[in-house]
Amino acid sequence: MPLSGVADSLHAGPNSRTLLALYGREIRAELVKMLRNRAYSFSAVGFPVIFYLLFSSINRHPGPEGRETARYLLASYSCFGAVGAALFGIGNGLAYERGHGWLELKRASPMPPMAYLVAKLASSLVFSLTICLLLVALGPLVSGRMLASPGEIVDLLGVVAVGTIPFASLGLLFGLAVPPGSGPGLVNLLYLPLSFCGGLWVPVELLPKWMQSFAQYLPTFWFSRLALHVFGFTGYSMLVGYGVLATYTVVLLGISARVWRVSEARA
Amino acid sequence: MTAIERELEVQRSSMEEQPAALLQNVTKQYPGHRALDGLSFSLRAGEIVALLGPNGAGKTTAIRVLLGLTSPTSGEARLFGRSPRVRAARTHVGAMLQVGRMPESLRVCEHIELFRGYYPRPLPLQEILRIAGLASVSQKLFGDLSGGQKQRVLFALALAGDPDLLFLDEPTLGMDIEARRALWAEVRSLAARGKTVLLTTHYLEEAEALASRILLLKNGRLLVEGTPGELRARAGASRIRCRTQLSEPFLLGMPEVKELRREGDRWLLCTDAPEAVLRVLLQADQALSGLEVSPMPFEEAFLSLTGDAVAEPAAMGQGGLA
Repeated sequence: MPLSGVADSLHAGPNSRTLLALYGREIRAELVKMLRNRAYSFSAVGFPVIFYLLFSSINRHPGPEGRETARYLLASYSCFGAVGAALFGIGNGLAYERGHGWLELKRASPMPPMAYLVAKLASSLVFSLTICLLLVALGPLVSGRMLASPGEIVDLLGVVAVGTIPFASLGLLFGLAVPPGSGPGLVNLLYLPLSFCGGLWVPVELLPKWMQSFAQYLPTFWFSRLALHVFGFTGYSMLVGYGVLATYTVVLLGISARVWRVSEARA
Repeated sequence: MTAIERELEVQRSSMEEQPAALLQNVTKQYPGHRALDGLSFSLRAGEIVALLGPNGAGKTTAIRVLLGLTSPTSGEARLFGRSPRVRAARTHVGAMLQVGRMPESLRVCEHIELFRGYYPRPLPLQEILRIAGLASVSQKLFGDLSGGQKQRVLFALALAGDPDLLFLDEPTLGMDIEARRALWAEVRSLAARGKTVLLTTHYLEEAEALASRILLLKNGRLLVEGTPGELRARAGASRIRCRTQLSEPFLLGMPEVKELRREGDRWLLCTDAPEAVLRVLLQADQALSGLEVSPMPFEEAFLSLTGDAVAEPAAMGQGGLA
């Protein structure tokens, strides 16, 4: 028994390379799973692409002003895509797997719980960035000209990656809190109002005044401001933007942890 | 041997006989419902133990506490002497739980590979596929499998890490009789290789066919435990059928006869002392004929122990398939 005890403690802490490989496999499996899940990949990618194409063709104007509008929409629909990828992927995915007992089986295994969460985050990041690149590629088609320089594209991808994190946290809370089976319906009730009121569909300036003042409290608004900043739409403090998103992330993760502990105690 | 030496000897032997799993006086209280009520039991290495009992008896909760999925309100759970929440303890454990749905867009082999990766010394993929009978569908998406095949994938995931201890929660639910038999054979061969198995089941036949020890639960308490034979004996269970001239009052007058029924032209006597009853019967009635002595079917023994006439009618029907 003592000997096997020693062997056990050796296995208790898998070395960092095997742990890294484990995370890698978990991320890969999550990504493959989501790619093959057409309900997800079609809606997560399809929604922003179709909305972007629609709004871009409605607002197609010649001249420099038209280019500015097109750039505005490219930034805000990239955010729209990232928010959807995180909410559908993590929120819905987790609600499904938790509700049907799959998460429980995973928890009964020696899988590090963090690997599960990191895989979900990584998968939605891949979707967010893919959607963003897709919109960048579609931009010239709908507006007839190059919309972003290579440098701007890199900056936009960076903002999209960072901005996905607070919405991944929101997805986590959503996935932990919704009753089993009601995920798909409820997630749209969160996604669409947040996007519209935050100015991801039409510029916030076009919304009624009361909505505009309300928008300033939404993470979607500040996410889009950060993305718009890349294309020279300044006028808002980047610092406030990052501050709001960081605050949302911390608060949402904190509530998630609490919800998790409560549900575990009741389980 | 001095007292101290004896004490040391006891300690040493208890170290060697560290139970694979242990519940000690575990109570699990939910709002308005006590799922486990001071339950204690332990699993010795290499045995197959069945948790048997009607719905709501606490079988699944007991497994969930042992797996560290829920913490007991009071009492203690141990896996190989350690807290079940420690990852090192879990690397020795495989679990087949009741999962309503699982990700459907991964292939069978991808699911298994992922779980193999969680354990330090997993079984080879091909061996897992063979044991679970999934070799022919390993490339299929999980969503394209039949119900029984899905159940076998869950069995495969439980095996993936070559665990010393297996928890099987209603493992053959939804399987046809052939698949059930095949799984039983695999569980037996796992136990033959020294694995410890704890299974919960509604199927009495399953508990009797597999388990070396049965723990009968009711209302979160251990009602009785023993080998299937002992349990049947405890339920007082032999049946004597015969044609006899003896009167009903005479038959009922024997203290060993627990129950008397008319079955066509024969009498049916239930007793836990068949030898004594037979001696009296044969002596008193030289013309006695059509004699038949049989053990009480396990289901009825079970029912008489739980005192529960409606254990689970649907499952009992299936469990009765011989």
